[in-house]
Amino acid sequence: MKLKSNIATSENGFIFNPATGDSFTSNGIAAEILAYMKLAESEQEIKKRIIDKYEVEPSQLERDWDDYMLQLKEANLLDL
Amino acid sequence: MKQKYERPTIKKMNTGLMNKFGTRTDFDPVKEIEGVTVKSLVEQYGSPVFVLSEKQIRRNYQSAVRSFKTRYPKVQFAWSYKTNYLNAVCKIFHQEGSWAEVVSGFEYHKALGNGVSGNQIIFNGPDKKEADLILAIENHSLIHIDHFDELYLLICICDNLNKKAKVAIRVNFDTGVYPIWDRFGFNYENGQAWTAINKITSTINLELVGLHCHIGTFMLSTSAYSIASTKLCTLAKRCKVELQNPIQYLDLGGGFPSTNTLKGAYLPGVDTVPSVEDFAEAITNTILNFGFTPDELPLLILESGRVLIDDAGYLFGSVIANKRLSDGRRATIMDFGINILFTSNWYDHKISPAQESSQYTEETVLFGPLCMNIDVVRESINLPLLETGDQVVVHKVGAYNMTQWMQFINMRPAVVLIDQNGQSHQIRKPETLEYLEMMEEIPKHLKS
Repeated sequence: MKLKSNIATSENGFIFNPATGDSFTSNGIAAEILAYMKLAESEQEIKKRIIDKYEVEPSQLERDWDDYMLQLKEANLLDL
Repeated sequence: MKQKYERPTIKKMNTGLMNKFGTRTDFDPVKEIEGVTVKSLVEQYGSPVFVLSEKQIRRNYQSAVRSFKTRYPKVQFAWSYKTNYLNAVCKIFHQEGSWAEVVSGFEYHKALGNGVSGNQIIFNGPDKKEADLILAIENHSLIHIDHFDELYLLICICDNLNKKAKVAIRVNFDTGVYPIWDRFGFNYENGQAWTAINKITSTINLELVGLHCHIGTFMLSTSAYSIASTKLCTLAKRCKVELQNPIQYLDLGGGFPSTNTLKGAYLPGVDTVPSVEDFAEAITNTILNFGFTPDELPLLILESGRVLIDDAGYLFGSVIANKRLSDGRRATIMDFGINILFTSNWYDHKISPAQESSQYTEETVLFGPLCMNIDVVRESINLPLLETGDQVVVHKVGAYNMTQWMQFINMRPAVVLIDQNGQSHQIRKPETLEYLEMMEEIPKHLKS
């Protein structure tokens, strides 16, 4: 899963897609994952960072990860 | 120490004009009701569970009575059994001084069982069985006649018993609110009501003691009650002048709304719904200014239900699962649905999380647990990011849900009353399979 290269993100969770003009807000963890994705970290690396930092079971994160990727795809933010 | 987790989510921002009707979205968690925690009640009684506050019921009743009694000398409330006929609830109202208003034989028996004396039971409704009417006559209850067939049946029963019945007629009329509720009682404008009154007053065994109306439900107009009061007063005056039959009471029925928000409303119910004070002002002003002498003033009876109990009832439920719909919307499946929350058909119920969450929210469709497409509790609601097992509190569910609920796919849950000292009491057990099958019988050829 790779974020489109032209997507602009800010630290506080604002996302802007210059190609469509759409903008989004995101919660803290969503913004953090986006930041890691922009650094081209792998899915496994990002998941490990989240599990190390937050109180979450790997199985829960796995479910939420899939849902998040679906949201990013729906929002046309992923390079498929 | 690890940080609190919240599932990652994004929300599209829509540009355009601000919604001038937009209100603050309130996501403060509701962790306790009357000092008792949601968590402890769910642990003790299961989820979902209905919770009623005795303190709030009494507060509502006393406040409504005060609204009328400070404006009018003779006022009597009669608890509308169909709104919530759990015996514990009825007994609270009776302890406060309320009579009973029933609309069926079994409700009538419930009222007797709750210790209400026969002459303080108002018997309404279109379906009164002969045996029910006999009992009501013998107990000197106030029988509100709904249609001519019932009137003739009553005359026949009274003749057979050689007993006199105390009766009123239900009157329907145009109060400026449409559609007119004309399916119950006798119409005022076309003279049907006057014909019924004449018939009653000319019958030896019937004593016309009152006039009754019930102009609608969840009424948002106080002027409709002014019109209704004027028309009932006009009839009462005619009864005295033309038939020498003074009317002892006027019963304005119920219909006062709670502060729930109706589906499709721009503003929340709390901002738009008239208060009981407003209705009291409209009704009592009309009667007081109609021209009765002080000793002629009829007793004013109110049969309020919803407004007295809706905000004293809560439904606690839990999240079963989250999913995403084909259009990207979030959907949350709760363990309660339209089977036990019948009022979600016409209200956008306020729903609060029962635990701390971040201020980040997501538009969510709230589904119930039934395997039925119609089982939607809220079509669109902004909620914090709920997880499986999280609890929510649905507000203002005290009216009608605990009488109109269905045993369908899931069984009906427990109902708990929190008393004035903060103690919880189970006032209805959760249903069991044994209870469910108690009334079933299997033919012999299917038993093996």
